[in-house]
Amino acid sequence: MTTLQPPAAAEPRPAPPPVRRDRRSWTGWGFLGPFVAVFALVFLAPIAYSVYLSLFRDQLIGGTTFVGLDNYAEALKDEQFWASLGRVSLFLAVQVPIMLGIALLVALALDSGRLYGRDFFRISVFLPYAVPAVVATLMWGFMYGTRFGLVGDINSALGVSLPDPLSPDLVLASIGNIVTWEFVGYNMLIFYSALRVVPHSLYEAAQIDGAGQIRVITAIKLPAIRGALVIATVFSIIGSFQLFNEPSILQPLARNAITTDYTPNYYTYALSFNGQQHNYSATVAIVMGLITMVIAYVVQLRGMRKGV
Amino acid sequence: MTSPVATVPGRSAADPSGTPGPVPRLRTPRHRHSADKPRRSVLLTALTSLVLLYSLVPLVWLAISATKTQEGLSRSAGLWFDGDFALWDNIAETFTYDDGVFTRWLLNTLLYVGLGAGGATFLAVLGGYALAKFDFPGRRAVFAVVIGAVAVPGTALAVPTFLMFSEMGLTNTPWAVIVPSLISPFGLYLMWVFATEAIPTELMEAARIDGAGEVRTFFRVALPLLAPGIVTVLLFTMVATWNNYFLPLVMLKDPDWYPLTLGLNSWNQQAATAGGEPVFNLVVTGSLLTILPLIAAFLLLQRYWQSGLAAGSVKE
Repeated sequence: MTTLQPPAAAEPRPAPPPVRRDRRSWTGWGFLGPFVAVFALVFLAPIAYSVYLSLFRDQLIGGTTFVGLDNYAEALKDEQFWASLGRVSLFLAVQVPIMLGIALLVALALDSGRLYGRDFFRISVFLPYAVPAVVATLMWGFMYGTRFGLVGDINSALGVSLPDPLSPDLVLASIGNIVTWEFVGYNMLIFYSALRVVPHSLYEAAQIDGAGQIRVITAIKLPAIRGALVIATVFSIIGSFQLFNEPSILQPLARNAITTDYTPNYYTYALSFNGQQHNYSATVAIVMGLITMVIAYVVQLRGMRKGV
Repeated sequence: MTSPVATVPGRSAADPSGTPGPVPRLRTPRHRHSADKPRRSVLLTALTSLVLLYSLVPLVWLAISATKTQEGLSRSAGLWFDGDFALWDNIAETFTYDDGVFTRWLLNTLLYVGLGAGGATFLAVLGGYALAKFDFPGRRAVFAVVIGAVAVPGTALAVPTFLMFSEMGLTNTPWAVIVPSLISPFGLYLMWVFATEAIPTELMEAARIDGAGEVRTFFRVALPLLAPGIVTVLLFTMVATWNNYFLPLVMLKDPDWYPLTLGLNSWNQQAATAGGEPVFNLVVTGSLLTILPLIAAFLLLQRYWQSGLAAGSVKE
C-alpha cells in the first residue's frame, strides 16, 4: 500500500532543478542501513515468524505438528472472530465519519478566517492528542460513572436517570466517544494544514465568478484537500481495526459488556496471553492484517480516483 | 535557526516568515476585502466553541479532580472543587505511595522515551537523508516495503515479537520496549521530505570537493539544515513512546519496569482486586502529572509540529 508518494512527485514548485545525484553507489546504504536492520528485526522477522507459527498447531498429544492451512480454515469458521470483526466494522462505520466530519468542520471554520481567537481554538482542540490512551480512558471511565461521575452529577442535578454508558448496549458508543475525543484534533490539524496551502488565487477567482462560501468549499477546498481526506480515512480505518487499548482498559469497569473477544486484537491478545494458543493467535492476527490492508488499499484507490 | 516552514514543500514560496496562519492575510496588506479578510462571525465562533468545550472539559475535570481527596472525589460534583484542596498532598502521596514506585515508573518512561524516541529519530534522520540525497540499489524497494508496513496492525506484530524476544531472553527487560520503538515509518517519510527540500545538493558537493568525507558532510552540512524537521520527528516519536501501552503490556511482567501508562492502569485496577486499596485520587493525580510534560512540549514547540504535519499532509 502506498499512501504516500515520493516527494519529488508531489513537488509543487515549478521545474525544480534536477537533483544531481552521485553515480549510483552503495554509499546511501551506509546511512539507511541502521534503519533497515532494525526494521527487519522488529517488522519483517515477526511477520515471517507469525506466518511460520500459523502453519503449526500445538497439541496435547503429539506436540507441535505441521497442519498446513488448517488454522486459517478454523479462523474463517470462528464465530468469535467474525463477531469481533463485525463489532469493529460497526464502530468504523459510525465513529470514523463522525470524527472526520467534526474534524473537517472545525478545520474549515479555522480556515475561513471568521473565528475569533483562531490560534486558541487550534491548539486547544489538538491537545487531547497529547493525552495517552490510558489516561484518556481512565478519565472518561471515571466521568461515565452513573453514581460518582459526571453522568451521576447530571442525574442528580436534573433529577433524571441517564442510561449507564458502560452498559452492554452503550459501551461501544462510549468507546467511540473516547476515540473521537482523542483524535478529532489530530485529524483537524491534518485537514487544516492541507487547507492552508490551497493557493489563494483560486478563492479570488471564485469570488469574481460570484461563488458563495458553500460553493467555494465544495468546488475548491474539498477537492484540493482530497489527498489529506483519503489519508486520514485510511489511518482511521487501520486504527479502528486495531482497537484494543480503550476496551481493554475499560474492561474492569464494564465486565458484562466487554468480553475478551470484544475486538479482533483483544481476541488475539487473549488467545495468546490467557489461552497460550500462540499458533492460532498468530493466524487470527494475519487474517486481520490482510483484511485491514485490503480495505485500506481499496479505500485509497477509490478515494484517489473519484471526486469527493 | 531557519524557520521550519520555509523548508516545507509547497509552503516555502508563499510563507517565508514562518508565522502561522494563512499567508496573504498576514503578509500582504491588500484590501481585497472579503476573500482575504472576511468578517469575524460570532455564530461560527459559538458553534466551534462546542468542539472546544468537548476537547477541554475532560482536561478541566482531570485538573479539578486532582485537587480532591479520595472521599472528595465521590462526594463532590465533578466540575467543581471540593471543600478540601488536596492537590499538594495528592502529589506528595503519588510520589511516595508504595515506596515511590511512581518515581520509578517516571524514570522508566524517561528511559524508554530517551532511548526509544531519540534512537527512532536518529535512525529516521539517517535513513531519510539517504533516501533523499543518494541513489543506490534497492532504494525504491525499501520505500515501498516501509510504507506497506504502516498498514500492518501494530498489535498483530506484538505476539510474534513477544515470542521472538522471549526466545532471545529480552522480554521483561527495557530492551523489549526500546528496540521496537526505534522504528518510525512516519518519521522516515517526514525526514525524506525535509531532506529533499532543505539540503541543496550543491552544498554537499562543495563539501566533498573540500575533502570532507560522507560522515563529515552529514554532520557538518546536512544535520544543521535538518534541525527543524528533527524537532518535529522527535516530538511525534516522543508522544508515541510516552503514550505507549500495548507494547509494554505484552513485554513486561515486572512492575519495576513499567512505564507510567502501565503503572497508572495497575493502580486503577488495584481497587478491583481482593484486598486491594482503592487509590483513585492517586490515579487521577498521576494521570495529570503524566500528561503535563507532553502538553507543555506541544505548547512550547507549536511551530515545529505544525510545519511537520503540513509537510505530511500536502502530499497528494
